Amino acid sequence: MSIIDWFAKREKNTVDTTEKLNIPGHLWIKCDHCQEILFQKDLKDNAHVCPKCGFHFRMVAMDRLALIFDPASFVPEDENLGPTDFLSFSDSESYTDRIRKAQAKTKRQDAVVSGMATLNHNPISVAVMDFSYMGGSMGSVVGEKITRTIERGLAKRCPVVVFTSSGGARMQEGIMSLMQMAKTSGALDLLGRAGIPYVSVLCDPTTGGTSASFAILGDFNFAEPGALISFAGPRVIEQTIRQKLPDGFQRAEFLLSHGMVDRVVDRRELRATLSLVLDMVWGCPAV
Amino acid sequence: MKLLPFEKPLGELYEKIEQLKTLSRESDIDLSSEIKKIEKRAEAVREDIYQNLTPSQVLQIARHPNRPDSLSFFRLISEDFIELHGDRAFGDDPAIVGGLGRIDGRRVMWIGHQKGHDTKENIRRNFGMPNPEGYRKALRLMQMANKFGLPIVTLIDTPGAYPGIEAEERGQAEAIARNLREMMGFGVPIVTFVIGEGGSGGALGIGVANRVYMLENAVYSVISPEGCASILFRDAKQADIAAKNLKITAKDIVGLGVADGIIPEPLGGAHHDWSSVSLAIKAQILRDLAEMSTQTPETLRQSRYAKFRAMGVFTS
Ligand SMILES: [Zn+2]
Repeated sequence: MSIIDWFAKREKNTVDTTEKLNIPGHLWIKCDHCQEILFQKDLKDNAHVCPKCGFHFRMVAMDRLALIFDPASFVPEDENLGPTDFLSFSDSESYTDRIRKAQAKTKRQDAVVSGMATLNHNPISVAVMDFSYMGGSMGSVVGEKITRTIERGLAKRCPVVVFTSSGGARMQEGIMSLMQMAKTSGALDLLGRAGIPYVSVLCDPTTGGTSASFAILGDFNFAEPGALISFAGPRVIEQTIRQKLPDGFQRAEFLLSHGMVDRVVDRRELRATLSLVLDMVWGCPAV
Repeated sequence: MKLLPFEKPLGELYEKIEQLKTLSRESDIDLSSEIKKIEKRAEAVREDIYQNLTPSQVLQIARHPNRPDSLSFFRLISEDFIELHGDRAFGDDPAIVGGLGRIDGRRVMWIGHQKGHDTKENIRRNFGMPNPEGYRKALRLMQMANKFGLPIVTLIDTPGAYPGIEAEERGQAEAIARNLREMMGFGVPIVTFVIGEGGSGGALGIGVANRVYMLENAVYSVISPEGCASILFRDAKQADIAAKNLKITAKDIVGLGVADGIIPEPLGGAHHDWSSVSLAIKAQILRDLAEMSTQTPETLRQSRYAKFRAMGVFTS
């Protein structure tokens, strides 16, 4: 989903799937894909993947960290970094108000969680984007935290793993959001020179400025099944070329067949896949 | 020359002057003092218009069909320009051009987005909106420059990378991202000028430089004001307000520390005098290349990273 589609969808349906999951007392949920009624607990025990059809629900950052890394191994960093309305940007709502609302809703400063974790007791510098915070859009804080995540990998000489989910650059920070693409990609040049592996896990959705920078530059690009991954959003393309887009266009499987990702990996096998490739290139044996 | 909408009062005065001149010629009446008066007024109106341009008026100048284009700048600024084609993988994208040239004897690799001046040429150039093979051609030429130790000069002028089915299939995101990473690592000086429209990732894809300059009426933006308006204001007609909010003008971009300086244009815009703008760009290139010629590849790399590393505004 591009940021445009996200806004369009938000008009129609203000409650997204993950929010439904978080409402206490709601014990069941309907699968968006096969319409099966699922118990919330069954879904959670199955890595938020529909047991019937395999549909991958969006996941909140902390659940994802718990699923992939060693139990309780995650230590957050840079939690104090927060956004500021330095352009005095105001549309129907001021950026300051949008920040306040997003922070209240997600209980975090901005759209990414980062820090150190371990995988089979091997240290990993990790970042997870949070789509529920202003569509996971990348402004100064996201760019800075991703860059620091890469630089931590460089300083500690450990692999870097980033989970992306983002509608693209954050318009409310104007040109500064665009420059985060150069900053994050540039940090990856340093990491690459140092011979340290970088894994990008592309989750639904990864579009715009995020897809055109650190998200697509992994030594390994792994995509979650069905994830929308694109530079230009489907709506923008449809408006430009004035024709309907083919089924499955810009989905993870489409990117696989066009050579843009290494593998489409079922979330339930993601930990094993990460462990295997990192052991192959870096020597992170699963103990 | 095409007059922009906000130049209309000026157009009317110019028309009146022409009418009076014709009348004076045909009727033998001396109207010279009358004509002079209107000319004086036109001059005042002209200065008033151009000294108080709104961001969306600047945007119109940046998009003016007669604004000088990359290939013309290459030829006006350098001797022996030779264009080089193709990405060696898929094709040759007419929306990005590049090649070798000599500027006062200094050899450089030129890269630039290429727009046309009329509909036919614009269709051929896809209105300056590159496909992935354009970014890959640019990368190939920049790698060649890096290999032979030649400085790279890039000219930005695009509404953005092309949003099309084939562009997505061939990896538009990957092509841009790779350029951002690779440009950061080159051991030769890189100088960038935003000469017209600096549209989003499609612009930045050839813009990771040691020195970045804005032409006086160029713009640089994370999204087109029209695109921003249709998303945030749900109305593309609010583009004027979006343009103000986004802070896209040369002054804004320099103020935010994203560009290092402004290349002045003649009153009314670069389209009125291509050669004076060429001379100003040339002088800036020569100053920067002289300064950077003594720096080691490692210093050039490090200072380029430090420049972009410092970008971002946040609280902590
Ligand atoms: Zn299902």
